[in-house]
Amino acid sequence: ASVEAQRAAELELKIAEVQAAASQRVASLTAPAPAVEGTYGIGRPALDEEVAAWDVDVLPDGRGLPAGGGDVFTGEEVFAEKCASCHGDFAEGVDNWPVLAGGFDTLADEDPVKTVGSYWPYLSTAWDYIHRSMPFGEAGTLTADETYAIVAYILYSNDLVDDNFELTRENFADFNMYNMDGFTVDDRPEQEYAAWRAEPCMENCKDEVQVTMRSVFLVDTPPEGGSDSVMNPASIDGLPSFTAAGPSFIPEAAPKPAPVVQKAAVTQPAAPDLMEAGEKVFKKCKACHQVGEGAKNRSGPHLNGLIGRTMGSVDGFAYSSVFAAALDEGRIWDEAALAEFLAKPKTYMKGTKMSFSGLKKDEDLAAITAYLKSYGE
Amino acid sequence: GADPLITELQDWASYTGAGVDETPYGMPISFESHVVRRNVEWLTASPISSINFTPIHALDGTITPQGCAFERHHSGAIELRKEDYRLMINGLVDRPLVFTYEDLERFPRENHVYFCECAANTGMEWAGAQLNGVQFTHGMIHNMEYTGVPLRTLLREAGADIALDKWVYVEGADASSNGRSIPMEKALDDVLVAFKANGEALRMEHGYPVRLVVPGWEGNMWVKWLRRVEVTDMAVESREETSKYTDVYADGTARKWTWVMDAKSVITTPSPQMPITHGPGPLVISGLAWSGHGQITRVDVSKDGGITWETARLGKQGDTKALTRFYLDTEWDGAPMLLQARAMDETGYVQPTKEQLRDQRGENAVYHNNCIQTWYVNAEGIAENVEVS
Repeated sequence: ASVEAQRAAELELKIAEVQAAASQRVASLTAPAPAVEGTYGIGRPALDEEVAAWDVDVLPDGRGLPAGGGDVFTGEEVFAEKCASCHGDFAEGVDNWPVLAGGFDTLADEDPVKTVGSYWPYLSTAWDYIHRSMPFGEAGTLTADETYAIVAYILYSNDLVDDNFELTRENFADFNMYNMDGFTVDDRPEQEYAAWRAEPCMENCKDEVQVTMRSVFLVDTPPEGGSDSVMNPASIDGLPSFTAAGPSFIPEAAPKPAPVVQKAAVTQPAAPDLMEAGEKVFKKCKACHQVGEGAKNRSGPHLNGLIGRTMGSVDGFAYSSVFAAALDEGRIWDEAALAEFLAKPKTYMKGTKMSFSGLKKDEDLAAITAYLKSYGE
Repeated sequence: GADPLITELQDWASYTGAGVDETPYGMPISFESHVVRRNVEWLTASPISSINFTPIHALDGTITPQGCAFERHHSGAIELRKEDYRLMINGLVDRPLVFTYEDLERFPRENHVYFCECAANTGMEWAGAQLNGVQFTHGMIHNMEYTGVPLRTLLREAGADIALDKWVYVEGADASSNGRSIPMEKALDDVLVAFKANGEALRMEHGYPVRLVVPGWEGNMWVKWLRRVEVTDMAVESREETSKYTDVYADGTARKWTWVMDAKSVITTPSPQMPITHGPGPLVISGLAWSGHGQITRVDVSKDGGITWETARLGKQGDTKALTRFYLDTEWDGAPMLLQARAMDETGYVQPTKEQLRDQRGENAVYHNNCIQTWYVNAEGIAENVEVS
């Protein structure tokens, strides 16, 4: 044993020697990127029309707004056509999509409703965001006048203006938002850091600790990805409490809840190139429609088994009246109907809530048809 | 008896394996295929404007591989070729400029490891213990080595007004554009215009070909597909800095401009997805700690819900604003535990309890929840997300 101990001690010495030598070899050679006098002369001047194309942000004081205007009445029409499929006809929100109206005086409640009316401090934010990033899936397509009109309608849906209100660049800065004084600049340094920068307790920090709540959701991971969660039925009764002496007792294990079983969807093979092209085209649809395994209704109905099914027939989806009528007439989605619809949705189905301007290229129509055909029921 | 894996000739020791041309860009071996980003479907209306979670329970060390680093998109991840990439600097500058991707590669560049944490990480847990897995409670974080050009270099190149009361407004090329305002002081400090992560090109979902890196500050400001930097004389107060990413107090007022991610830590093993399977005996408790204020200097671990604490060992000295790995090499006696970790950073800030946070902010803040997390580990070694008194 003494031989073993001696060998171990020698080894430790040797390791220390090697490490000391290594640390001497590592000099600090790192330095920040050099600063130069003047410039590198890299890049080219941005042209005025290029700056104009990209620099579209609007400041809280209204700087950056283009000329124009829009009234509530026009806004209601534009909103119904371009926004309502996600945000609801009255800006009340569909499914998980944002509610834009109401929620006044709920910010201190258990579940605050943060809408443009109840929460947003600046009107410029709404104009800028709608103009820049909406409609979802067709960003950058709204004109200035359409944007003014939509914003006017959202203010109206929040009861912040009358139905004859018109929003223009000229009266924009006069408008004060309901919650404009509701924000404080970050004061964590004064409110929190000052108190929390202290040597923490290490021993006997509490007398007794008890579990007061268990996780609400148990997470289950289906093989195809993503995660489902199931409610956790476990109660906090029967768990030990803790003191410095350890847990009060060792409980029996509770049975684990059964995992959720996933359904597999059926698909038919198609030509791979066309499929790939179709998948690309489908990107334009994905904001509202799902297809394939586990597809659900979103802002639009799921598209599994589309070819051959009766129009307006997906369970649980609230169709517009034009599709309800098509269902009554028993009209069927065949390839020709689909192609005609997707080329000009609002012409083929006058009154559809689908806010999509249409596919212009025949090859895109062929690709999307093949792609959708490959997904059966 | 003798282990047949040792005494019998195994296929892999006899037949040949895969050739070097089989996977020109490799994926993890099939046995690790469960170690992936996951989303929680019901959290958002559409996976295109949504978030998924890094499998931090299954990783060790500190670097997050890009392929499993969490994603947050507001209008989906886009395909933007380097050849089609343009970066504009305009606003309060002497020379509005346009850079190509190749232009950016000609400026002196730096390498830094930084964490990127979504402001909403742990956000579901404000009102109580919710999701049972550290991937879901703490997985809106990743940590990569970035290569890029300091933003101040580009501001200087354009002759920007860099007075400290000025701002830079940054936006992306995707359909959401996700504009954010950053005060000039931060822009001149450590913000990077990055084009590589962990040595390789940014992945599409991380902003290929160019993203902004805003060390220590909430992930929403790390604009992907960065296309424009505008010097302004005030904050733009965009949608992402007013209606979102602001923290509502119990009284209904809100905090804005809460950019820094405060010190935080969490135990990744054992955790609900990583039960103890080996029974009593030597046990490695491990986790991650980070602070937007600088280096992690110390992490303490409690096995009894915060009555007694032991100081853990840091895997290596913490880098500033980067993930630090900690280990507590311990003996498990097989009794139930209430595991907690508590981080301290170089400013002396101590990670708060849930109670401390709620006393300050209520339960509706959504963002910036950096509370101490508790796992209840039972005698079988199974861990669960709980709250304690």
